Amino acid sequence: MSNALEVQNLSVKYNNNYALKNITMSVEEGDYLGIIGPNGGGKTSLLRAILNLIDHDCSKILFFDKPFKQVQKLISYVPQISKVDRSYPISVLEVVIGSKLKKSLNPFYKFSKEDKESARDALKMVNIENLADRQIEKLSGGEFQRLLIARALASSPKLLLLDEPTANVDPASRNIIYNLLDKLNNEGTTIIMVSHDTMAISSKVKNIACISENLIYHGGPHLSQQVIDKMYGCPIDLLAHGVPHRVLAEHKH
Amino acid sequence: MLKTILNYHFIQNAIMASILSSIVCGIIGTIIIEKKLILMGGGIAHTAYGGVGLGYLLNFNPLIGALSFSLIAALGIGKVRKSNSKHSDIIIALFWSLGMALGILFISFMKGYPPDMNSYLFGNILSVSDTDLINMAVLTFLVILILTVFFQDWKIYLFDEEMAKINGLNTNFLEYSLLLLIAFSVVILIRVSGIIMLITLLCAPSATASLLSEKLKFRMILSIIIGLFNSFMGLFISYKLDIASGASIVIFSVLVYGIIFLVSKRKPYYLTKTETQN
Repeated sequence: MSNALEVQNLSVKYNNNYALKNITMSVEEGDYLGIIGPNGGGKTSLLRAILNLIDHDCSKILFFDKPFKQVQKLISYVPQISKVDRSYPISVLEVVIGSKLKKSLNPFYKFSKEDKESARDALKMVNIENLADRQIEKLSGGEFQRLLIARALASSPKLLLLDEPTANVDPASRNIIYNLLDKLNNEGTTIIMVSHDTMAISSKVKNIACISENLIYHGGPHLSQQVIDKMYGCPIDLLAHGVPHRVLAEHKH
Repeated sequence: MLKTILNYHFIQNAIMASILSSIVCGIIGTIIIEKKLILMGGGIAHTAYGGVGLGYLLNFNPLIGALSFSLIAALGIGKVRKSNSKHSDIIIALFWSLGMALGILFISFMKGYPPDMNSYLFGNILSVSDTDLINMAVLTFLVILILTVFFQDWKIYLFDEEMAKINGLNTNFLEYSLLLLIAFSVVILIRVSGIIMLITLLCAPSATASLLSEKLKFRMILSIIIGLFNSFMGLFISYKLDIASGASIVIFSVLVYGIIFLVSKRKPYYLTKTETQN
C-alpha cells in the first residue's frame, strides 16, 4: 500500500526557537492517525507546515507520492475553530459550497445544482442540514465545528487533516464527529487528527504519533509510561474524570 | 430653492462625487471591516499626503501623487502584514507619519506662497473639479469590476484565507487586488472628506450596515445606501449651517451609527465575546 503522506526532515522555527525539529514520518493510505503532545509541542505547526501554510524547512513532503499542488483536490483540512472568524456574514450552505470553487479564480461563478446538492449532503453527514440557511454567527460551538468538518468533506477528500476537532464541543457533537470519522476511515479515507484529548483519541485511532518538538513515538495506540514521560517532560498519569478507559498499560509504582 | 442649488455646476459635481464615494465606501468599507484593515486604511490615507506634496512641488496632479504614495504604502504594509501580522501596526504608524512629514517637507521646498493644503487634509467636496470626477469615476469602476467579477472568490477568501489557499484559489491575486483597491478608495475619498477624516467615511456606513444586515451582499448594498444618505444630509447641513462639508458629513455619519447602534438588536463586533480556545 502506498503512503498518503510522507514527510522527511521537517523543521519549523519561530524566531530562533524550534517548534518542530527533523520530523520524519509516513502515514499509510487508509490509516487513522492521532497526533498528541503537550500544548505548544508543535502539533498544530506540523499540520500547518505540511499544508504549506507556514514557513518550514524540509527535504520532502509528498501526498500520495506527489507534491501538494498536484493532489490539492484530494486533501482537506479542518482548522482549529478559534482560527476562523465566526462573526463573518455568511450562511452555513455558502461556507460549504465555497469549497466547490474549482479554478484558481472563478469569474462570474454560479454554483450548479449538483454543487448545492453535494454541499447539502456534506451537511447531512454531520447532522446540520436543517441549519443550511442559518448565518454562521448564530451557530453553537459544536454546530460550527461540525460545519467546518462538512466543508472539508464537501470535496470528497482522500486525506483528511483535522486540528482539535473536538475541543470546545458538546458531548453530543463529539460523538457525532468521532462516529463520522470512524465511518469515513472504514470507507477508505486516510485521517490525521491532532488532539489534546489523549483519552478519547487512543480508543478511536489506529496509530498515534507523539510530538513534542521531536517525533517521540509513532505506532500503535498503546503508550508506555516512558513515552508519556518523555513527551511531557515529567512523569504524568493519564487519567481523566469519568472516563473509564486507560491509555496506559498497567504500570508499577 | 433646491432647484436653484442643483443648477450650480459645483453642486452637481459634489453630488456625483458623493455617489461615487458612497459606492466605494460601501464595498471597500465592508471588506476592511471584515479583514480588520481599518487602521491600515488610515495609514495609507496619511501616507498619501506625501504624494500630494510631491505633486505640488513637481507640478503634476496631486491626486496622481496621492495614488502612487497610497499604492506604495498599501504594498509595503501588506507585505509586512503578511510576514508578521502581529506587529503590522508598527509599520502602519511609520508610514502614517512619514507620509505626513514628507508632504510638509515637499511643500516647504516650494518657492513663493505655499498652496492651500486644507482641501486635501479636510476635504472639500464643493471644489471637486471635472477632472477629479473623471479620475474618481474610473477608479470606482475598477473597484466595482474587480469585486463583482470575482464575487464568489472574494466571499470565500474574506471568510477564511487559509482554506481558500488550500482549496487552490489564487489568494495572491486576491490579496494584492485588495491592497490596490484600498489604495484606490483612499484616493477617491481624499477630495470628499480629506485625509484626516477619511477613515470614518470609509467605515461608518459599513459599520452601520453591519448592525442591520447579516448577509455580505446586502451589507454592501445597504452601506452604499447609508453612505449616500449620510453624504447628502451632510452636504445639506453644511450648506444650511455654513460649515465645512467634510466635517459635517463625518459628524452626521457617526451620529447615524450611534442612533442605529442604540435601536438595533444586533451587537457590534467589539461587543461580541469571542470564545477562546481551551
